[in-house]
Amino acid sequence: MPRVFDEWKALPLDEVLGLCRDTLEEADFGPVTRWREAGGKIVGHFQVYFPHEIVHAAGLLPLKVRGAPVEPTHADSRFGSYLCSILKTSLELVLSDTIELDMFVTHPICDAARNLAAVWGRNFQYPCQILYLPQNANSKHTAQYLRDEYDRLLEEVEEIAGRKVTPEDLSRSVALYNRDRALMRELYEIKRETPWLVSAEDAYSLVGIGGMIPVEEHIELMESVLPQLRARTAKAEDRIRVVFEGAFCEQPPLDLIRMVGRSCYVVDDDFMIGLRYIIEDIPAGDDPLMDLAEAYLERSSYSPVQHDNRKPKERMLVERIGGARAEAVVLAAAKMCEPGLEEQVAYVQELEKRGTPYFVNEFEENMTSFSSLELQVETFVENLLFT
Amino acid sequence: MIPPSTAPSDIVGRGNKEGGQLFRQWFANLSEVAERKERAAYVFVMGSLNEILKSFDMPVSFPEINALQTAIRRVSHEYLDEAEDIGYSPDICGYVKADVALQMRGGEHPMGKIPKPSMAVFTNACNTYIKWAEIWERMYDIPIFTVDIPGTRQAGIVTMPGQHRFENDRRYVEGQIRELITLCEQVTGKKFDIDKLRDCMANANRLSLAWERLLALNRSCPSVFNALTDGTVYLGVANGFRGTPEGTAYFERLVEEMEYKAAHGIGTLTEEEYRLIFVGVPCYPIFRRFNEIFTEQGGTFVNSTYLWFASGGTNRGYQYDTTRPIESLAEGLLLSVRDAMDSMFHQYAMVREMAEEYSTDGVVFHPIKSCRTVSTGLADSRRALMEETGMPSLFIESDMMDRRVVSEAQLKNRIDAFFEGLASRKHQSKAEGAA
Repeated sequence: MPRVFDEWKALPLDEVLGLCRDTLEEADFGPVTRWREAGGKIVGHFQVYFPHEIVHAAGLLPLKVRGAPVEPTHADSRFGSYLCSILKTSLELVLSDTIELDMFVTHPICDAARNLAAVWGRNFQYPCQILYLPQNANSKHTAQYLRDEYDRLLEEVEEIAGRKVTPEDLSRSVALYNRDRALMRELYEIKRETPWLVSAEDAYSLVGIGGMIPVEEHIELMESVLPQLRARTAKAEDRIRVVFEGAFCEQPPLDLIRMVGRSCYVVDDDFMIGLRYIIEDIPAGDDPLMDLAEAYLERSSYSPVQHDNRKPKERMLVERIGGARAEAVVLAAAKMCEPGLEEQVAYVQELEKRGTPYFVNEFEENMTSFSSLELQVETFVENLLFT
Repeated sequence: MIPPSTAPSDIVGRGNKEGGQLFRQWFANLSEVAERKERAAYVFVMGSLNEILKSFDMPVSFPEINALQTAIRRVSHEYLDEAEDIGYSPDICGYVKADVALQMRGGEHPMGKIPKPSMAVFTNACNTYIKWAEIWERMYDIPIFTVDIPGTRQAGIVTMPGQHRFENDRRYVEGQIRELITLCEQVTGKKFDIDKLRDCMANANRLSLAWERLLALNRSCPSVFNALTDGTVYLGVANGFRGTPEGTAYFERLVEEMEYKAAHGIGTLTEEEYRLIFVGVPCYPIFRRFNEIFTEQGGTFVNSTYLWFASGGTNRGYQYDTTRPIESLAEGLLLSVRDAMDSMFHQYAMVREMAEEYSTDGVVFHPIKSCRTVSTGLADSRRALMEETGMPSLFIESDMMDRRVVSEAQLKNRIDAFFEGLASRKHQSKAEGAA
């Protein structure tokens, strides 16, 4: 397995964090290119959740396709108006040859994303598919269905890898991803308990980089960085604690996260929630595909695009706020994101009912001007601090 | 069979007349339910499960149809404004917003009164169905049930009954249908009657056959109905009356009418010069006018993807096996709703075939702001169609509900230019033929 992200190893902590930010922000997908140049194959998967273990077990790189701050010069002609940016910039990355894939998988997370398999498939020869993650999490038949759907995906992946994947291969991958998710949970614990030790954009970048490098390398990075973060001597400041909600799919620009982080401590959020969607270790059983399916249904977080009668989103948000001891919420939604904008109404109504302060805004991944937004955030924060 | 002595005036046009009557009756029935303070099951056009709900004698309401009627009756903006006032974004589905406002108005609707929901049943054919149902769950604390239908995974790879992967999906759908039946028993307090289900399925079988035949009849030249305007009337009846004797009788009489028209060379009111396919959802805020801009120039819509997906895939003509009703309902639902989804996501190959079968001169792509399910892939689909076939096409954007993004003048300019292209192409083709 080629190594693709070693540059951080000799660097001090601040430079490691800077490198992660730059790698994520520059959108040239250097580690992915290095993987490709070393002969590795890549399965790109659209937001939100994807069972990386299945692709990893076959020796391929699962790449989170989550748009980028680029102009959709080529992709614009493939789409009409009234669509979110992430659709266009994701396709742009492949049309412009920034990344090269061997397979693309999207999910039925929203009406726009489901169309991506067809759009992509008309432009590329490799398999472009929908992984039908269930939208009925409450049937007793769902786990078996999902296990079968994962089995179908596995067959496709084996075809690309040119080899069979054994249950032992899968179990090894599950164990590695368990470790990786545990480290991300630890990072979030640092955010919650000592938010002055890690900035919002650094925490974001540390997680985000995991969507484009092999899990083994991400584990090494996190195992190195987390103790160093804990050892920092920064002091707590008088900032309000906020939850940032609404970045489950299209990601806000790093500058926006940085801007919010300048005024507040972002103590929990749904940034890159797909990478953290499974919230407990997946137990090692005899049937790893069933274990993965069961974890998706029973050991998972929430987002506006995963329906589960047991998880009304506004109640889940309230739990997130409570768990993080947040004082307020930044309720964001990507422009033209139907599920995000619809959920925003339910969130507002719930927060109003509870008297929890909130700040509503819309964003786009390649927005570049933040001065007006920053003024609004500062006013919101000052209102909370001084009234 | 139509007796030979039947006068054309007795048969031509009766489909629209009877469809209108049925529709008014439909809303009158819903109003009566609302007046009695009773409730209705809320369902959607792509996979309504009407067969199950009718077997429990549940009144059903189609919020999509309620919403589009506000646009046709030119009051949708009032409903949209009210929903936007409480925080719904201008950029989301107009149907959802019209319904939210309707609920806030206690069911007040231009066609009558809409009862509150007793439960909501919906498939994943449109993800917004799910978000929409979550709104009712919050408003009324009612049970909501997703019947999750796995669609086509990759263009060109279609699984069929008997194949391992298809049967996995079918079992999943069947399991959910059985759970839905249990929920209906709880909501209605009635015991499930499988023979009543068989009756509903038998009616749905006849309706599906008639729908399939109806669409095929429009291959006639001239076409026997306008797929955009007349087709929308038929769609309303096909959805609202699916599984009922009235719906079956209506469609069998409609097919008779269209057979008659085809046999006698009777077309629509349009002097048919250009046969067009419509891809997308109609522009309801200027429904009649939108169509007129085409018909004034000799264009008529002979088919549309709307008649496929908004009928929930009834165009497949799937026939239930009533000797094994639940299993067959699962199979039929899977095949039909999957087909409806294909008409939206993978419509490119279907449109290509349709264009040939219906001797088409051009394709009109009409993406709309409100519906990303239907609209997201249309620009690329058009690109691919033009690259492969050279088929003339038009790409115009507007909306199904929101008149703020409907500019008649701009639409007309684009449509006029399209017809100029079609005329010039026809002229050139004639000249080449003469040479």
